[in-house]
Amino acid sequence: MKQFYLLGRNTIATISGIGRAVILLLSALAHVPNPKKGFPLLLNQLYAVGVLSLVIIIVSGTFIGMVLALQGYTILVGYGAEASLGPMVALSLIRELGPVIAALLFAGRAGSALTAEIGLMKATEQLSSLEMMAVDPLRRVIAPRFWAGMISLPLLTAMFSAVGILGAHLVGVDWLGVDGGTFWSVMQSQVDFEKDILNGIIKSIVFAFVITWIAVFKGYDCDPTSEGISKATTATVVQSSLWVLSLDFILTALMFTK
Amino acid sequence: MSEILVDIRNMTFKRDERVIYDDISLSIPKGKVTAIMGPSGIGKTTLLRLIGGQLKPESGNIFFDGKDIPRLSRNALFETRKRMSMLFQSGALFSDMSVYDNIAFPIREHTNLPENLIEKMVLMKLEAVGLRGARDLRPSELSGGMARRAALARSIALDPELILYDEPFAGQDPISMGVIVRLIRSLNDALGLTSVVVSHDVPEVMGIADYIYIIAEQKIIGQGTPEQIAEQTSPLVRQFVNGESDGPVPFHFKAAPYREELIRKTAFTNRKGG
Repeated sequence: MKQFYLLGRNTIATISGIGRAVILLLSALAHVPNPKKGFPLLLNQLYAVGVLSLVIIIVSGTFIGMVLALQGYTILVGYGAEASLGPMVALSLIRELGPVIAALLFAGRAGSALTAEIGLMKATEQLSSLEMMAVDPLRRVIAPRFWAGMISLPLLTAMFSAVGILGAHLVGVDWLGVDGGTFWSVMQSQVDFEKDILNGIIKSIVFAFVITWIAVFKGYDCDPTSEGISKATTATVVQSSLWVLSLDFILTALMFTK
Repeated sequence: MSEILVDIRNMTFKRDERVIYDDISLSIPKGKVTAIMGPSGIGKTTLLRLIGGQLKPESGNIFFDGKDIPRLSRNALFETRKRMSMLFQSGALFSDMSVYDNIAFPIREHTNLPENLIEKMVLMKLEAVGLRGARDLRPSELSGGMARRAALARSIALDPELILYDEPFAGQDPISMGVIVRLIRSLNDALGLTSVVVSHDVPEVMGIADYIYIIAEQKIIGQGTPEQIAEQTSPLVRQFVNGESDGPVPFHFKAAPYREELIRKTAFTNRKGG
């Protein structure tokens, strides 16, 4: 009997949570922005969410590109196919690893920070005091953070893939001796803008939407206590990572199967 | 009695299944300092949030200058909130801004005044609370008392008609307590405000309030001027005002009989052990 009770309670809690998250997003975004006030807020958040994530994205991207080149070379060279190293690395990064790993890193770096910041604003009554000052916290706090996430992650993903390819060049061409001209020209002929690059960008936009939405909602909806904030921060990282990985499978299935 | 600014009529408020207020009515006269007192945990802060429209009552009306707060549209509520302000217990200063920017915040949000005029307004508010020298400090650099004074300066930035004080004396040393007591009274009289002070600090409240409501057990158990309150004979009011540990408000939180529980606990432990 108790199991049924718990099942029912958890189901209702989940559904009402989804409802609250949708309402939060709609009320934060359904208004005409005031560029004079909104733009400086957006710039601040682009710095906090995007620029501050640059280091982790660039360092990880470089190393992942280097590892891919190293592993790819040792396999391809056995078939005398090391000329395909360029497209192998580029396609893996642009189609899959770039969007997914950048999204996972973004969830850990920026998503958790967003949740913790908004949660702390709630716990210290800053959100309440905004409301009492007749300033809508959804527009003032949530909206700029949401848009900053939506803009930052696709750009970070592009940088991740680009530095990954450079890292692969460093290992494959400069160290292992693959011909530089072949590396770039085969990559150019094999990578298709619409099929590969555009699909990669679409993936990163979807991931940006999911991660930022989860992050701002978890912060706004958390229990205003230290325990509540820590739970919400963990939930942001765990849930966005799971969503990113499962959505990636669905998107890949839609985009790349014939 | 003078004109009424906030009028609460037959208001009932529940949190989940727990009744916080059961059909209470009270009115807050314009230009006066009205205090709401009562033991911790009975929802005094909740009352302020109800007046500010952050919570909605189960039934009843909350009129602010004739407007029924719970029934206002979102836009109308935000317009009405421009005429009131609230001093939160924590101060709730924005931690990413300096004291100056915190106080300029509501002015910048709601007016299109030029920056040099805003600066003059902010300096006047800071002078009123004695913190002009702290304009460039961050909220994290302020002591608890200073943070509350800075928050007070922010809450009077747009010259509201009503200020709601949430536990303004809690956790203050005697000096900053004295400062805040003086500020509440002098701001109220100098700016012609209406103040609602929620507190359980009996001597401070008795010192500044014009009218006092004492709330306990979901109801108003006593009301009157400080002199009338001091003379009330109701045991509940007497217990609160004199700070007695036991009385009509019991020392023990509601629980099963002590003896029964001890026996039951033992039985449970035995069962677990065996």
